[in-house]
Amino acid sequence: MKEILELNLPQNVLYTKDHEWMDTTGNTMRIGINDYAQDQLGEIVYVELPQIGACLNKGDVFGTVESVKAVSEVFMPVSGEVIQVNTDLENAPELVSSSPYEKGWMIEIKASNPDEVKTMMDREAYLKFLEGIK
Amino acid sequence: MRYFSHTPEDIRSMLSAIHAGSIEDLFSLIPANCRMKKNPDIPPPMSEWKLIRKMEEMAGDMPSSAYRSYLGAGRYEHHIPSILPYLLGRSEFSTAYTPYQPEISQGTLQAIYEYQTLTSRLLGMDVANASLYDGASALSEALFMALRITKGKQIAMSKLVHPFFREVVSTCFAPTSFEIIELPFLDNGTTDISKLKDMEDLGAVIVQSPNFFGCIEDLRKVSETIDHQKTLLIACFTEPIAFGLIHPPGDQGADIVCGEGQSLGIPVSFGGPGLGMLACKEAFIRNMPGRLVGRTTDLDGKPAFVLTLATREQHIRREKATSNICTNSSLCAVTALMFMASVGGSGIRKLAQLNHDKSEYVKNGLKAKGVRIPFSAPTFNEFVVQFENGFSKKYEKLLQEKIIPGLPLSEFYPELKDHYLICVTETKGKADLDHFIEKVTS
Amino acid sequence: MTETSATRGLIFNEPLLWEIGKKGRIGFSMPEHDVPDAPLDKEFIRKDSELPDLSEVNVIRHFTRLSQWNFGIDAGMYPLGSCTMKYNPKVNERVALLPGFAEAHPLLPTSLSQGILRLMFELERCLAAITSMDAVTLQPSAGAQGELCGMLIFRAYHRKKGKPRSKIIVPNTAHGTNPSSATLCGYKPVGISINEKGILTPDAVAALMDEDTAGIMVTNPNTLGFFEENIQKISEIVHSKGGLVYGDGANMNAVMGIVDMAACGMDILHLNLHKTFSTPHGGGGPGAGPVCTKKYLEPFLPVPRIIEEKGVFSLSNDFPDSIGKLHAFYGNVGIMIRALAYILCMGGENLKKASQLAVLNANYIKEKLKKVLHLPYDRTCMHECVFSDKNQNPTKITTLDMAKRLIDFGFHPPTIYFPLIVKGAMMIEPTETESKEEIDRFIAAMEQIVEEATNQPDLLRNAPMKCKVRRLDEAQAARKPCLAG
Repeated sequence: MKEILELNLPQNVLYTKDHEWMDTTGNTMRIGINDYAQDQLGEIVYVELPQIGACLNKGDVFGTVESVKAVSEVFMPVSGEVIQVNTDLENAPELVSSSPYEKGWMIEIKASNPDEVKTMMDREAYLKFLEGIK
Repeated sequence: MRYFSHTPEDIRSMLSAIHAGSIEDLFSLIPANCRMKKNPDIPPPMSEWKLIRKMEEMAGDMPSSAYRSYLGAGRYEHHIPSILPYLLGRSEFSTAYTPYQPEISQGTLQAIYEYQTLTSRLLGMDVANASLYDGASALSEALFMALRITKGKQIAMSKLVHPFFREVVSTCFAPTSFEIIELPFLDNGTTDISKLKDMEDLGAVIVQSPNFFGCIEDLRKVSETIDHQKTLLIACFTEPIAFGLIHPPGDQGADIVCGEGQSLGIPVSFGGPGLGMLACKEAFIRNMPGRLVGRTTDLDGKPAFVLTLATREQHIRREKATSNICTNSSLCAVTALMFMASVGGSGIRKLAQLNHDKSEYVKNGLKAKGVRIPFSAPTFNEFVVQFENGFSKKYEKLLQEKIIPGLPLSEFYPELKDHYLICVTETKGKADLDHFIEKVTS
Repeated sequence: MTETSATRGLIFNEPLLWEIGKKGRIGFSMPEHDVPDAPLDKEFIRKDSELPDLSEVNVIRHFTRLSQWNFGIDAGMYPLGSCTMKYNPKVNERVALLPGFAEAHPLLPTSLSQGILRLMFELERCLAAITSMDAVTLQPSAGAQGELCGMLIFRAYHRKKGKPRSKIIVPNTAHGTNPSSATLCGYKPVGISINEKGILTPDAVAALMDEDTAGIMVTNPNTLGFFEENIQKISEIVHSKGGLVYGDGANMNAVMGIVDMAACGMDILHLNLHKTFSTPHGGGGPGAGPVCTKKYLEPFLPVPRIIEEKGVFSLSNDFPDSIGKLHAFYGNVGIMIRALAYILCMGGENLKKASQLAVLNANYIKEKLKKVLHLPYDRTCMHECVFSDKNQNPTKITTLDMAKRLIDFGFHPPTIYFPLIVKGAMMIEPTETESKEEIDRFIAAMEQIVEEATNQPDLLRNAPMKCKVRRLDEAQAARKPCLAG
C-alpha cells in the first residue's frame, strides 16, 4: 500500500472524509473515489452505480465498489440529482484503480444545495486528515 | 487416548517453555464462578470396539435390508454405486476446510466447478451455486433472492410444494412482512394458478415439479402467466432424477430453480445431510446466496479455480450479505457430482425411465385391482392412491410383513383421508412389485 | 530449518469431466428393465441433458487425481483459527455408514425409528451435560443456522413477553455470520468494541443496552482467543434490561469440561459439531450447529422435538410456542452419529483434556512466535492466538505472503485477515491433535519465513512454488465470472 507521500491527490478537486473526490469546476459536479481509497481496496472488480435521475442527499450511499475481498460503499459529498453515470465501469471496473480522477469517475450530479460544498476539504486539509487516521 | 500425541514429558517441557507451572495456570483468567464444578456427566471413555457394538445395536433397531419401503416424499431410495463411498473416503476431500487457499484446494475447487456445471445442465439453467444446506433451506434462500431482485411484497406458493419445505419457509419468513399466499390444487393433482393474475405486488411464485403428489406440473404455463419483470418463477424439486427424462425447469421459463439433491448418490440417512441445490439465470448472479467457484488462471497462465464473488457473502458483507450461510454441503455436492458422472447423460435418462416405468407398473397394477388413483396428471416415480376406508389397520399388518407401504397423507392434507403417497424407484425388482400389489390389495 | 515436510511428488494434470467423456460409456450398473415400457407423452420429454458419459474407471481416476491436489487434515497441520481443524476419527465414519443408519428413511413409523431417535436423544443429553445447558435441538445444519435459530428464539421470546425489540449488540470481533443472522430476524446489529486487553467490558455493554435491545451475541472464548472474563457481569446487565445472551460456541474447543456456560449467564448457545466434536469439514460442509438453551427457552426450540417416555422415543410437534421447522427433516443426522461416536470415545475426562491440550498448544505457539511476529494482545490465550504483519511492514511483506509461503513448508496457512480489528491478522489455532514435534516444525517454518521476509522477500512474494498452481488471478475471476463450463 502507498505511503501518504506516494498518493496522487490533485489540487483541483475537493475531498471527503470517506475518500470521495468531487470536481466543482464545471456546471455539473463529477464524483469518484480518490487514490487513497482505491489503493486501500486493492484491485477493483465491480462497481455499482445509481440510476440516472436519482435524487440523493448528502451522505447517502450512491454506489458500491468491490475488490476481490472487500466491498465499500460510496457516499454523496453533497445533495443532488444524478445526471450522468460512467457506464464504462460496467465492463472495466479496473479504471477506478488505474485512473481514479479521469477515466474512473463515477457519477455527475447537479447539486441541489451548492453551499454544502463548503463542508468538503481541499488537498491540504485532506492530507492533514489522512495523517490523523494513518 | 489415541487421538492425543502429548507424552507427560512433552507437556512438562511445553509448560516450562511458556513459563507456566501447570496446565491449570493457563485457565487462571477464567473466574471461579464461571467454571464447571465437576466433569460433565457423560459415560466414561469407550473403547473403539465397545463403541462399534453400541452403535451396531442402535442401527440394529432400525429396519433391516429385508424390508421393502415405498416411502419417498422428499427423500428417495436409489442405488448408490460402490465407488461413491470409496472415493468420498479419500480424506483429501472429506477432511479439508472450505477452499479459501486455492493453491492447495484445487481438487475441491475443480470438483465444485464441475458440480456447478453439471447441475446447470441437468436443471437447464445458466449458473448453479456450490450448494446450500438442504432443499428446504435452498427454497427459503431462493425466495429471499427473488424478493431482493423484484422488490415485491407477496409470495404465491403452491400447496403442492413439500409441506416441510413450506414450514421452513414460514419459519424463516416469520420476522419479515412479506405475505405468503397459498395456491390450492386442482382435481388432477396439479397447482391451481388461476388466482395469480389478481395479485398486485407479487414478487415470486413457487411451484414444485414433480410436486408433492408426484405429478408433473406445467411450469411453462405458470411462466407465461406472470410478468417476469415483476415476478420471478421459482421452480422447486425434491427428485432431480426426474430431470434425466422430463423437461428441466430451466427449459420452461423458471428464473430460479432450487431443491433437494439427495437422490444423486447421497444416503437417505434419516433425512440429513442432504444437498440444497440452487441455480438461476445469469443476470441474477450477484444476488445469489452461497459460495461460487469460478475459473481463472494462475500467475503462469495455467487454468485454475477459485472461490469468487465472495463480496456477496457474510464474512465480507456481514449484515448486508445475501445470506448468512457459511458452512454448506460441499461434500454432498461432490457426491452428487460423482453420481452424475457415473450415470452420465445416457444413463440418467435410462435410470429416470426405469423409475417412471416401475412406478407406472405399480400404479396400473393397483388400478387393475380396483384401487382408486385420485389424480390424473402424469407422475414420475411417486403417485397418490386412495385405499379403502380403514386401511391403517392393514398398514400396521404390512409393517409386520416388512413392507412399508408409502406415506399416509392425512397428516399433511386432512381432507385426504385414506390417501397414501407411494414411491417406486429402480431399487425394487418386478417380483417385489408383484408381491407389493398383491399384499396391499388382498 | 534445513528440510521441509513438503517435497516433490508426481501430480497429474486432469481435464474437466466433460473433456474426458465419450458417448456410449456408462459408469453405473443399470438394474434390469423388468417391467413393461411405459413411455411418457413426448411433450414432457427433455432434450439431451449433456451430462458427460464416463466409465467407472474414468470416474475413479478423475476424482483420485483431483483429490491429490487438496490438502486435508490427514495430510498435515491445518491451523485455521476459529475453524478447529482437529483430527477426524475414522471409527466415526465407520459407524455413520452402518446400513441401519444410512438407509433409514426419515418418514419411517416411530416404531421402526427407535435406534436413531435414541441416538439423537443421547447426543442431546451429552451436549447439555458438556455445556451445562438444559435443552438441546440438533436441527440446525451449521453454526450460522444455529445462530438463525437463536435469533428466531430471541424474537419469539420478546414477542411472547409483548415487547418486540429492534436492536442487538454484536462485538466487532464477531464472525460475519453473527450480524448477518441477526439481520435476517429483523434486528439491527449494534457494534461494540473490545478494550485494550482484547475483551468486552461491562461498561461498554451497559452504555448500549436498553429496553429496545433484544440482547447480545457473544463468542466466548472470543476470536482473539481470549476468555470474556466479564461475561457474568455482562449477562447481568443484559438480563437486567430484559435482554437475552446468545453464545456463539464456535470456540468451545477451548473450554469443554472447564467452563459452565449456564453459570456464565448464557441463555442460548450454539455448538459446531464439525469443529469441537471432530466431524469432518468436508471441504465446506455438511456440518451441524446444535443449539442449547436454558429451561425457560425450551418451548421455543424448533419442532419436531424428540420425546422419551418409558424408554420409547417419538417425535413431537406439540410445542405451540416453537419457532417452527428449520430443516426439511431433523437436521444432519449423519453428522450427529459421528459426533456422538466422538463424545463416547472421549468420555468427559478426555474432552476436558482435549481443551487443555488445545490451550497448551496455542500458548506454546504464542510464546515462541511472539519473538519474531507482532503480537497485538500479549496475554495468556485460550485455543488460538492472533499475530499481525506489523513487523514486516517495512519490507511490504504481508500476512498473505507469509501464509502462502507456509504452504511451501507443508503447512496449511492460518486464518488470515480475521478478526477484522487486527490489521493483517494471522489467527493460529493448532488444536489438541497436533503433537509437540509437529508444532515445533511449524514454529521453525514460521521463524524461517520471518527471516526470509527480511533477506529474501521475493521467496514470499512468489510463494507458493510447490503446488499444482501458483497464485491465482482472483480479480479476473470476479470481473468476468466463469461459473460453468
